[in-house]
Amino acid sequence: MIGFWQKLGKATLARFSSIGRATALLIGALFNVPNIKKGTPLLIKQLYSVGFLSLIIIVVSGLFIGMVLALQGYTVLQGYGAEGSLGPLVALSLLRELGPVVTGLLFAGRAGSALTAEIGLMKATEQLSSLEMMAVDPLKRIIAPRFWAGMISMPLLALIFSAVGILGAHLVGVDWLGVDTGSFWSIMQAQVSFEKDILNGIVKTLVFAFVITWIALYRGYDCIPTSEGISEATTKTVVQSSLAVLGFDFVLTAVMFSS
Amino acid sequence: MVSRKIEILVGFFVSLGILALIMLALNVANAGIGANGETYILKAKFENIGSLKIRSPIKVGGVVVGRVAKIALDKNDYLPVVDMEISTDYSHFSETTAVNILTSGILGEQYLGLNPGVLVNNAGTDDDELNDLFGQEELKLLADGDFITDTKSALVLEELIGQFLFNQGGE
Repeated sequence: MIGFWQKLGKATLARFSSIGRATALLIGALFNVPNIKKGTPLLIKQLYSVGFLSLIIIVVSGLFIGMVLALQGYTVLQGYGAEGSLGPLVALSLLRELGPVVTGLLFAGRAGSALTAEIGLMKATEQLSSLEMMAVDPLKRIIAPRFWAGMISMPLLALIFSAVGILGAHLVGVDWLGVDTGSFWSIMQAQVSFEKDILNGIVKTLVFAFVITWIALYRGYDCIPTSEGISEATTKTVVQSSLAVLGFDFVLTAVMFSS
Repeated sequence: MVSRKIEILVGFFVSLGILALIMLALNVANAGIGANGETYILKAKFENIGSLKIRSPIKVGGVVVGRVAKIALDKNDYLPVVDMEISTDYSHFSETTAVNILTSGILGEQYLGLNPGVLVNNAGTDDDELNDLFGQEELKLLADGDFITDTKSALVLEELIGQFLFNQGGE
């Protein structure tokens, strides 16, 4: 019985100290006074590896998801003679849900895992301790640029995803299945509102970016510095950030779109 | 430190993202009507345009010949005036042309149906016969900016039901 209490207590303490370390990491990354001259090149380099290199997977998935949505939506809507509503169907599902969520999942798999592995290996090869030895704050030098790169890239990637998806739907719906192009766009424009749909989608992606990057950085920074530790940390990053994205998506949708 | 190439690619990435935002914000699409891009405008005044929208198609017998360019309210009699942009490929509609607001399917979008009425041949061979029939000198062609007078408004379900009930009550 005592053993059980001890186990429970240990697990609880470990969980809380983990949350504490994660918060300390976040505060260290967020509230450091940024050095514009030195920080910008670091940020640009991270924007390249986190944002630009994720572009291909985002564009390709966006295109195909838009095309599939159009194909599926068309078969159902056609039964009611409402093919014209294909435009808003695709645009709303992309802008409100699929854009942020699928981008979040892909971003967690593509960029989040890379961040964790990179920082984990830095820790394993004692690069982080070396930085500290040289009186360079690793939070400022390593964590902060990666965090802001994630926060900037994710919304841009989600916007590109939605835009490409709508173009893909146009490709299938209008050019292939013969939905009228005028009603495709005009009904879409009549139904999609900038504040309600596009801005809310951007807010969603900002929340997801925050969660994913935070989890990825913390998992890497806090990993056990061995090969197994890094592999475990990478797995945890992908699993936890994907679940977090889906969970937060439900909460955000309930807050934003139910009224 | 950071190579030029990386900076350029990041710039490309960011501008692509902003471009996507602009495209989504405006949702602009140049919905041309195909074939030749030249168009002319015909106007029509309706009692009620229902849910007709800008860029709704204009069809003759189901074939798209143009799009709605503008919808505005006439300031004098508060009736909606619809500007129709019609391809110059179909430029000889006579003044007997009628225009109706129709709906495609039960839930479908609304479009304008043009009924060309008496056709005026450019060659002018049958004109005499037709003109005799209508007792007119000559049927005029509709030109750019002309009004189509024979219009039929959109069917509004509530009005139909109201009318039906009223008639029932009268009997």
